[in-house]
Amino acid sequence: MKPTDVGAQRPSGPPYTRPLSPFMSYRWQYSNTLSILNRVTGLALSAGLLLLVYWLAAAAYGEQSYARAHAIFAHPLTQVLLVVFSFSFFYHLLNGVRHLAWDAGYGFERKTARLSGWIAFLGGIALTVMLWVSLYVVHLRGAA
Amino acid sequence: MSLRSPMGKVLGLGTAKKGAAHWWSQRVTSVALLFLTLWFVGSIAGLGDFEYVIVIEWLREPLTAVLLTLLIATTAYHSQLGVQVVVEDYVADKGLKIVTMLLLDFVHVVLAALGIFAVLRIAFGAAA
Repeated sequence: MKPTDVGAQRPSGPPYTRPLSPFMSYRWQYSNTLSILNRVTGLALSAGLLLLVYWLAAAAYGEQSYARAHAIFAHPLTQVLLVVFSFSFFYHLLNGVRHLAWDAGYGFERKTARLSGWIAFLGGIALTVMLWVSLYVVHLRGAA
Repeated sequence: MSLRSPMGKVLGLGTAKKGAAHWWSQRVTSVALLFLTLWFVGSIAGLGDFEYVIVIEWLREPLTAVLLTLLIATTAYHSQLGVQVVVEDYVADKGLKIVTMLLLDFVHVVLAALGIFAVLRIAFGAAA
């Protein structure tokens, strides 16, 4: 019995006539997790665009409004948000390269796909840590 | 052999024939953003504690203004393309879908305009 058979019967339940969405029939695994994460991080970055534009607009408006924006960005909660945004950026970037390779026809083998998935995920974390450590070091040097 | 479904023939409707262009635009903008965003993150990391004077000085450099303008425009376009797909996937109601997409289109265009204007205002020295 194929899911697309018109009028086919599920083992239990009513007859259905439409093909099933992938999420109805696929087991949860790393590939769809990373795929969803790509989408979630993309959405986060769309929200991040708001912050970028706010920052630039505040700078264009003058020193006072920039000082206000600076204070908002320095707030611990905003900093946490910025860490999330920066991870979103690095992951979306690395996974985007993965997608471009797939579009070109490379990297579909199970091993390669799994490895590139790990590189995107762990690489995203590593680059995020590197960015924030470097920002923090510069901050400390400025304070000293 | 026609590849159209019987229903499509009956209704006289095919695809909107815009899918390939959408897909391709998303790839083109992603390649552009690969370079633009890496430049951006690299530059941002060199701005110290983001003091006003330093940030303004950076934004006044012609290269910064041009690349940042491109970055904002490309990001807004790429984001709009991506968000559109998400809405198409998850918003089932036709009316709500159209309204949401219109709103998101407007938001992206407004954000791009605001961001680019801010950059140019500083670059051309209108901001103090």
